[in-house]
Amino acid sequence: MSDEPVPPGAGTGTAEPRASSPTSTALLELGDIVRWFPVRAGSVEPGGRRQVRAVDGVSLEINPGETLGLVGESGCGKSTLARCAARLQELTSGTVRFSGDDISRLSAHRLRPYRRKIQMVFQDPIGSLNPRRRVGSIIAEPLIIHRIGDRSERRDRVRHLMEIVGLNPEHFNRFPGEFSGGQRQRIGIARALAVEPQLIICDEPVSALDVSIQAQIVNLLRDLQAQLSLTYLFIAHDISVVEHMSDRIAVMYLGKIVELGTTEQVMTRGRHPYSLALLSALPIADPEVEAKRRRVILRGDAPSPVDPPSGCRFRTRCPVVQERCAEEEPVLHACPGDPADHLVACHFPLGDDESLTSDGRVPK
Amino acid sequence: MRWAAGWARFLFWRIAQGAVVLLVISAIVFFMFFVAPHNVARLIAGKQATQQTVALVAARLGLNRPAIDQYGSFLWGLLHGQLGYSFYNSESVRTLIAQRLPVTASVAGGAAVIWLALGISSGVLAATRPRSIADRAVTVAVLTFYSMPTFLLGLLFLYLLFFQLHLAGIDFFPGSGYVSLAQSPLSWAQHLILPWFTVALVTATTYSRLTRGSLLDILGEDYIRTARASGLTERRVTYRHGLRAALAPVVTQFGIDLGTLLGGAIVTENIFGLPGLGALAVQSVTDEDLPVIVGLVLVASAFIVVANIAVDITYAILDPRVRMK
Amino acid sequence: MTIGATLPPEVADLDGGEPARGAAAVAGRSPWRLAWERLRHDRVAIASSVTIMLIALLAICAPLIAHLVGHGPNQQYPTLGLTPDGLPRPPSGTFLFGTDDLGRDLLVRVAYGAQISLLVGVVSTAIAVVLGVLVGLTAGYVGGPVDALLCRFVDVVLSFPVLLLAIALVSIVGPGLIITIVIIAFFSWASIARIVRGQTLSLREREFVEAARSLGASSARIMVRDILPNVAAQVIVYATLLIPSAIAFEATLSFLGLGVVPPTSEWGGMLAESVGYYQVAWWFITFPGVALLITTLAFNLLGDAVRDALDPRAHSLFRNK
Repeated sequence: MSDEPVPPGAGTGTAEPRASSPTSTALLELGDIVRWFPVRAGSVEPGGRRQVRAVDGVSLEINPGETLGLVGESGCGKSTLARCAARLQELTSGTVRFSGDDISRLSAHRLRPYRRKIQMVFQDPIGSLNPRRRVGSIIAEPLIIHRIGDRSERRDRVRHLMEIVGLNPEHFNRFPGEFSGGQRQRIGIARALAVEPQLIICDEPVSALDVSIQAQIVNLLRDLQAQLSLTYLFIAHDISVVEHMSDRIAVMYLGKIVELGTTEQVMTRGRHPYSLALLSALPIADPEVEAKRRRVILRGDAPSPVDPPSGCRFRTRCPVVQERCAEEEPVLHACPGDPADHLVACHFPLGDDESLTSDGRVPK
Repeated sequence: MRWAAGWARFLFWRIAQGAVVLLVISAIVFFMFFVAPHNVARLIAGKQATQQTVALVAARLGLNRPAIDQYGSFLWGLLHGQLGYSFYNSESVRTLIAQRLPVTASVAGGAAVIWLALGISSGVLAATRPRSIADRAVTVAVLTFYSMPTFLLGLLFLYLLFFQLHLAGIDFFPGSGYVSLAQSPLSWAQHLILPWFTVALVTATTYSRLTRGSLLDILGEDYIRTARASGLTERRVTYRHGLRAALAPVVTQFGIDLGTLLGGAIVTENIFGLPGLGALAVQSVTDEDLPVIVGLVLVASAFIVVANIAVDITYAILDPRVRMK
Repeated sequence: MTIGATLPPEVADLDGGEPARGAAAVAGRSPWRLAWERLRHDRVAIASSVTIMLIALLAICAPLIAHLVGHGPNQQYPTLGLTPDGLPRPPSGTFLFGTDDLGRDLLVRVAYGAQISLLVGVVSTAIAVVLGVLVGLTAGYVGGPVDALLCRFVDVVLSFPVLLLAIALVSIVGPGLIITIVIIAFFSWASIARIVRGQTLSLREREFVEAARSLGASSARIMVRDILPNVAAQVIVYATLLIPSAIAFEATLSFLGLGVVPPTSEWGGMLAESVGYYQVAWWFITFPGVALLITTLAFNLLGDAVRDALDPRAHSLFRNK
């Protein structure tokens, strides 16, 4: 890929070139989500009017039955995005559509029915379960809230749920403290499944678990998806975990999506320098190849989301940065020759014949 | 200068809040007395008075004006530093309070010094020698005095240290009365020792446990281990590093205790016959002397509010993290 | 601790926190169950509970005692109960605790006094707890202008000079049992509200609360089922330490003549009456005084033991840990 300028009209802002039409079949549509937090003033120190720009214009679509993986480093805003999608937070601007219904500004009361359809699995297996409640009660909670079934039906359902997530149904009377981390996460998954949701947003569900357990949980999620026709938004900071689960991958950096495509496209033909840096961090099984290759090491720390860099946000750490990157913010677009569903937000994306090193691009 | 602006804002809001609180309190107390079914004028005029006299008295004191009216003039006076005049002897409330203030201040101030010294030192002692005899002794003392209502302790002192000693021929502790500092410092202190310890011992217990607990926590922390490892003597470790951090909760507690001081004063002045604000309070309630009561409540509340602000400031100084909150 | 004051900051964090690894062995052991086990085996807790039960027994059986010795609590015995000089008689076969300045049986009066103290202590604490928890939960969870308003309210109540205002209130309404209970409850609920609000604020950010919201739970449901059980521990500790405070405060009010109406027997009132006679009648001051002291002591120790049981990591107030 040469340094040709991006053809004009390739899309405005960061909206996808393919606009979501009312007849779109996507289960979840995020339209230019922006979520800013005011910097909190201390009791003595003044806070001023600065904002933490956690999510700064993200548009995504998730189709029924697929898994969209969202990957990025800590602080890039993926958890905030998850909560915006689940409407656990107010949006500063943008839209969230579920099955075509606009749920962006609904009141808590009107959101209730959607809470059955969209569920979340949280990152912290200890924190996401009330330590003073029994596990059976925790899993049955959504059933009670949405008034599903009577007492005995709920009990049966809880037992059934515990079985399909791989827990011993006899343990429904125990407290979360009596389970291991992996088991607690299964409890969380069972709770999310209780009301038969359509979409499950998994916010780093395995990050807090041991590596050996991670694989178990990921496989469980995949099995459940097949069994129950679920759709996932799967969030993680480890791209290898995401690869395992996802049909499509979105890479996020400092509040914006920098690359979006199918798993195969992103993993084998990643175009954005950041995606490639993430990929290069993955260990390769072959020790000889591993020893020979050179990883891409990014300079410096991630900038603060309060004051993101002008133009392309990644430019302060990018190995192939050029002058234009500070002046103009890149928009998501498909590179010439690429399929329309592989999008990159970069002025100088890497071509098939190039690879990335810490010092810049080199031919393969 | 941004830093100064932050402090200014903080102070402004705290003082504004305090003013609102005081206003609400003054209104509550003031109107409380108007809702009550009683007749102040009759009380003042005396049981023998005729209807006419009572009416005259009421008119003179302005008791027939609507409540809002009286409250309005009261607030107006407040803004000019006036607290009204006593219904009984027409003395300015401000003067009355000013007269009695030195007594109560003597009791409170002396007690505060004692309870801080006793409380903190016993707490430090207990923390640096855990589970020793000293620790246990302090614990027993804490338990005993913590559970004792102030008046009971006062009575006990009166009985043991005044009466029993008196029987034995030792007349060191006087049973009652007050001598001003100006007249004779020695006599002043002598008359106040029992009241001081009555108030102080009960309050000291909280400080003792607070200091002990706080210090024990901190002495176990990593940065203390580092200080020890770097060769500082145990004493320096305790005092310089440990105590400073342990003091924050003590400061908070002190602010709280300053607030409840008048309560202790009322009881103690009653038992030991001291003519302070506490005695004035009880007297004015019996007499239903509204201006004095309101004035006292306001002064006491103002004191509490100011104490709280001071505590907040001290806390913010001591613990920089609070400023970021 | 005094009415109107807040608990010292050393009261440890008593919410669920990190679950104990060792509890994995036995199924279904709730944190409450574990605390109860610890309490059951605590000697101090047992001793203080027994003491409290004895005092309660004394209070309940006061009429029985009166019947047994044949003296009513307000019956005066000018000849039998007073010396020829009109002074109280010392303890004897007829009057086990001696008599007071009006020739009344001190034992019976102390027993009836226990009724007042326990009643006021427990009832006022209960009211204060209910109010305080309600306000604290709401303010902490709902936040916003509701929180701001409730906080102002709490600030005002906490800025009152407690005893002074109590005296003033009593002077208006007149002394009595009900007004005493109301006053004590009124000055106590605010500190509970503050503590509960603080706990609620931090619990509100916990992930399991977020999870409950994601499930569609209403605010009320979350407050009751998720937050309340996690603040309950600290509230219980505070409540058991509030009871002796209430008892002491009530005794102080009666001592100043502003509590229950004479001739109702009440320990504080009896102590006030005894002041003029302490030189000649040691029993008059001793028995009510000791009763009062033992009662407050027992409750304080029990409260400390309860705190210990609910959170063994915290520093004990009265024990060496």
